[in-house]
Amino acid sequence: MEQTKSLKLVPEISDEKLKDLYKQMWLIRYFDEQVDQFFAKGMIHGTTHLAVGQEATAVGACALLSDEDKITSTHRGHGHSIAKGGRVDKMMAELFGRTTGYCKGKGGSMHIADLDKGNLGAMGIVGGGIPLAVGSALTAHMKKLEYVTVCFFGDGASNEGSFHEAVNMASIWDLPVVFFCENNQYGMSGNVKEMTNIENIAERAAAYGIPGVVIDGNNIIEVINATYEATERARRGEGPTLIEAKTYRWKGHSKSDAKKYRTREEEKDWRENRDPIKKFKEELIEAGIVTEEEAEKIKQEAKQDLDDAVQFAQDSPMPTLDDLLTDVYA
Amino acid sequence: MRELTYLEAVREAMSLEMRKNDDVFLMGEDIGVYGGAFGVTRGMIEEFGPERIRNTPISEAGIAGAAVGSALTGMRPIMELQFSDFITIALDQIVNQAAKLRYMYGGKGKVPMVVRTPSGSGTGAAAQHSQSLEAWVAHIPGLKVVQPSTAYDVKGLLKAAMDDDNPVIFYEHKLLYKTSSEVPEEEYSIPLGKADIKREGTDVTIVASAIMVHKALEAAAELEKEGISVEIVDPRTLVPLDTETIIQSVTKTGRLVVVHEAVKRGGFGGEIASMIAESEAFDYLDAPIKRLGGISAPIPYNPELEKAAVPQVPDIINAVKETLNK
Repeated sequence: MEQTKSLKLVPEISDEKLKDLYKQMWLIRYFDEQVDQFFAKGMIHGTTHLAVGQEATAVGACALLSDEDKITSTHRGHGHSIAKGGRVDKMMAELFGRTTGYCKGKGGSMHIADLDKGNLGAMGIVGGGIPLAVGSALTAHMKKLEYVTVCFFGDGASNEGSFHEAVNMASIWDLPVVFFCENNQYGMSGNVKEMTNIENIAERAAAYGIPGVVIDGNNIIEVINATYEATERARRGEGPTLIEAKTYRWKGHSKSDAKKYRTREEEKDWRENRDPIKKFKEELIEAGIVTEEEAEKIKQEAKQDLDDAVQFAQDSPMPTLDDLLTDVYA
Repeated sequence: MRELTYLEAVREAMSLEMRKNDDVFLMGEDIGVYGGAFGVTRGMIEEFGPERIRNTPISEAGIAGAAVGSALTGMRPIMELQFSDFITIALDQIVNQAAKLRYMYGGKGKVPMVVRTPSGSGTGAAAQHSQSLEAWVAHIPGLKVVQPSTAYDVKGLLKAAMDDDNPVIFYEHKLLYKTSSEVPEEEYSIPLGKADIKREGTDVTIVASAIMVHKALEAAAELEKEGISVEIVDPRTLVPLDTETIIQSVTKTGRLVVVHEAVKRGGFGGEIASMIAESEAFDYLDAPIKRLGGISAPIPYNPELEKAAVPQVPDIINAVKETLNK
């Protein structure tokens, strides 16, 4: 496959699949941009954490995962859900609090899960999903199943004790898990440079005797390659890898963030010079996989999917009070 | 029938289950060749091997989270939390993940895990290794909470806990580990949410949990000599709580003493007293409800102080007499 060589991809990926990944990135961007607008208009309530600008990490890390492979996600999880095969209509319905939503309207933005697709769910507690991912990997190990678990977390979570306990346990037991740190530079307002005393979070891998890799999280090709190597290593029974993908969230932490802790210039630089979707599009065109027109068409398809999802959500029924006490216990 | 200790009953229940269900495994600190801090798992690594008797680092949050994740993906883990005080470190995983995943995912997934943990004072281990914190977890929807008082109950309740598809916190009282009772060799299950009347009586109901069941039994034997007939209800599980049995007993006796080792303030006794106050049994009460619990101080080291920090037999006797105006 000539084009994959020009894209510097390590695993072989078909053109169709690459186009689909491109579409997924747009779906994530449109989804979170739309959610942002709905919040601004007061059409959905609660809070939300948007991953605009971080599309390449979610899509790249999940690009080669099967439905049997698992992920654990975070409070900033819409992108992970879409990348792992989640349906945007059921996601949007969830944000609208409808019964057709992934969680029947009981979870909202922070708890979308799709167990059939291997998404073990978004955890609203920073670092909470990391030991859980180790448990998922432990099941694979004990039942001798082939699947790997990719554990998403942020730079902020790498300062939680749960991160260190979990990575240590996975390392001593050689569990098939990939710790995928999306370093978007800020844990809420806390700049990673102020909150850690190391240059790269991936350096923490050395403390647990596992490989630590730093990649450009806005370059989907790098994300795919690094995750591929890590998952292959995990599937061979050689244990976990810590990947640190440097990226940036274009929006604030949540809906009520005045972003006083960073400059507009910094934001502008990431938007204009390091847009992961723009970069991927340029590479696809350069490799002859899509034309400018085809790329635009894919983008419009994503927009259409999103519009359909919004329609589905708005047309869906609300839960009733009878649903309040169901599913507390199995 | 043969007798077994409370500790042996824990081990036997787990071993019977592990022999027939490969999905059940045990994780915890020093549970391998050491046999666990209290010796509960002694011999198990020899029978089941290190994969299923999984010795862990000292990482309570990590172990609890790994239990949640493995339960969510098809295993049925038992976590041995070395001392129940250490639940502070594991609570995020237990309270924010285990208890809530199914509900917040809209009924998808289940978390069939058991957290077994020794609790209680009386060992001279002082403030950080002697607490009774069951009210914390009883407060959390999504969790079940078990507090067995006898070896017989241990075996049946642990079987039910392992069979349950929800996270169950299973409190083992340290001072009860060496106590014995008749325990059938075959497997049996005691449903969660079914109280046991440990002694029948007519004058006063004592609702007592864990070691306080035994102290209440002692008190009842003393009181009998004075012609006072005490009924002792052991809830056995706090969540779900068998309110019906407690209400029936109080309706019959018209008097209620609630006794637990946990600190009285905010303790589960308040829940039981309130439940009775809200129930039809309230109309049958002939005296105010009496609550006994630990004092509002950490558990001290000195043995005399330690004893005085939690209810003892004379305290129970006095409480019963007070409700009888004697």
